[in-house]
Amino acid sequence: MAMQHTTAGAPDTVQPSAKPLEVPVRSYWQRNENWLLGTISMSLFLIFWELVVAFGWVNPLFTSSPSRIVSAASDMFADGSIYEHIAVSAHEFAVGYGLAIVIGVPLGILMGWYSRVNAVLEPFVSALYATPRIALLPLILIWLGIGIASKIAIVFLGAVFPILVNTITGVRTVEADFIKVARSFGCSDRQLFLTVALPSSVPFLLAGLRLGLGHALVGIVVGEMYGATKGLGFLIATAGARFQTDQVMVGIILIASAGVAMTELLRLIERRFERWRPNLRG
Amino acid sequence: MNASRPLKLDARRVALTHYNERTRQPLEVLCGLDLEVSEGELVTIVGPSGCGKTTFLNAVDGLVRITSGEIRVDGRVVDKPGPDRAFVFQHDCLFPWRTVRQNVAYGLEIQGKLAKAERNERAAGFIELVGLHGFAEHYPHELSGGMRQRVNIARALVMEPQLLLLDEPFAALDAQTREFMQVELLKILARAKTTALFITHQINEAIFLSDRVVVFSARPATIKETIAIDLPPGRTLAIKHEPHFVELEKHVWRLIEEEAARTGMMTAAA
Ligand SMILES: Nc1ncnc2c1ncn2[C@@H]1O[C@H](COP(=O)(O)OP(=O)(O)OP(=O)(O)O)[C@@H](O)[C@H]1O
Ligand SMILES: [Mg+2]
Repeated sequence: MAMQHTTAGAPDTVQPSAKPLEVPVRSYWQRNENWLLGTISMSLFLIFWELVVAFGWVNPLFTSSPSRIVSAASDMFADGSIYEHIAVSAHEFAVGYGLAIVIGVPLGILMGWYSRVNAVLEPFVSALYATPRIALLPLILIWLGIGIASKIAIVFLGAVFPILVNTITGVRTVEADFIKVARSFGCSDRQLFLTVALPSSVPFLLAGLRLGLGHALVGIVVGEMYGATKGLGFLIATAGARFQTDQVMVGIILIASAGVAMTELLRLIERRFERWRPNLRG
Repeated sequence: MNASRPLKLDARRVALTHYNERTRQPLEVLCGLDLEVSEGELVTIVGPSGCGKTTFLNAVDGLVRITSGEIRVDGRVVDKPGPDRAFVFQHDCLFPWRTVRQNVAYGLEIQGKLAKAERNERAAGFIELVGLHGFAEHYPHELSGGMRQRVNIARALVMEPQLLLLDEPFAALDAQTREFMQVELLKILARAKTTALFITHQINEAIFLSDRVVVFSARPATIKETIAIDLPPGRTLAIKHEPHFVELEKHVWRLIEEEAARTGMMTAAA
């Protein structure tokens, strides 16, 4: 304790070390453990699947098998029939999900920021959010016909609510302390919104986009099961009706891969926006 | 204490009644409070918990409206936050999505008078001043509690306020860091030549830092007593063990005890 009195200066004024600390050397396995474990478990699963079919323990009509799926896929890509399906589904997704973002985010910001706007729209949002979107399908088909417009509408309806609701929550849940700090610096309402409410709601907004993405993919499949003539959902439904399990699997895998790829993309964007967050994922 | 120097803060017969919207009860928090602070002075406010210290500081900053009386800073009546005052909050309240530099430059950005390059330059100067050279691009979560509190102070100082308001800025720090920060604050304020009004619960912190210690009475708060601290400037932590310092400490403690007893908070102990 006696030391303190003489060294009245602050030992707290640390300088950041000029060269980065040496990172302990880790083996290839340690650095890539998660990735490697995932690959191994997936490979084992595929081998197991192939073998149970090859030994005739299960009927490939029900389960298909990795080799059958690959050969079905190469046929479909070779004769070009798959591209149309992919193009139609991608179109529905892009327009529906895009509209959901373009409408959901600004509307969510308005509803989160202006309590009057919220009071007017809240009952509609709650009612629609609580309604299973599939229940609206017959209505949408009556209004928009069986063409692509109804599919886009279903994708849109699936995606827009998670995006909307998350954005509202994000804008609403600004910490009171931050508002007080901003006010003490003489912030106007507009500045408060731009410098505090908006940045602090970004994590919510991105979570909404991620949730909306999943719902949009569901929307594609569900929408195309009714009165469609093309698309991956249509492919899955028709192949299923004809017991072409291999083709069903191809459709499922394509949609799943698109979902995984886009979720990863969103994660990258999230990381870009959340550099300021402490890294809790070890 | 320095009648010759001009008044920075002049609060006269300040009264404030909070109205609790939920219970619909009015609560008289401040009642006929007079306080003068001269230019360059550091005045500390102590008083029992809940007596209205934070409320008073908020009123001086213009964050809450007083019910009657008048608060003037440099002769101008306070009615809203302004660039002549800056507030250092108890919790550091740094914006986690902004780097140290962006946090420190925040007030300048809101003010909108300086171009970005100038703002950054000013911010860099104050980051240096509080001893955080090299940490400008760090995010708050990458700093220790003491470092964050320095950023918090720099964020207020960068506005070059006429009057700096600090509400228990060191309350969340460990005892050691806190003592070092006290020494640092004195140095920083001397360098920046800022007048300051400082709230604390720690009596030895109050005496160590201040030119004057103001003891608030229990709610509704008035000023119970003002104690001039006749310790020399350029203080080091060793002064806390000198007999005169200890005497002052006892005196202030007794005053607060009396007030706390009045609210029934520590009847037996007194
Ligand atoms: N927004 C508010 N609405 C109603 N009453 C309030 C409000 N803010 C504070 N009060 C009341 O005013 C009184 C004084 O509060 P204040 O925060 O100023 O006390 P304090 O002296 O800073 O206490 P502490 O030392 O514990 O920080 C308290 O009794 C509190 O309940
Ligand atoms: Mg307080």
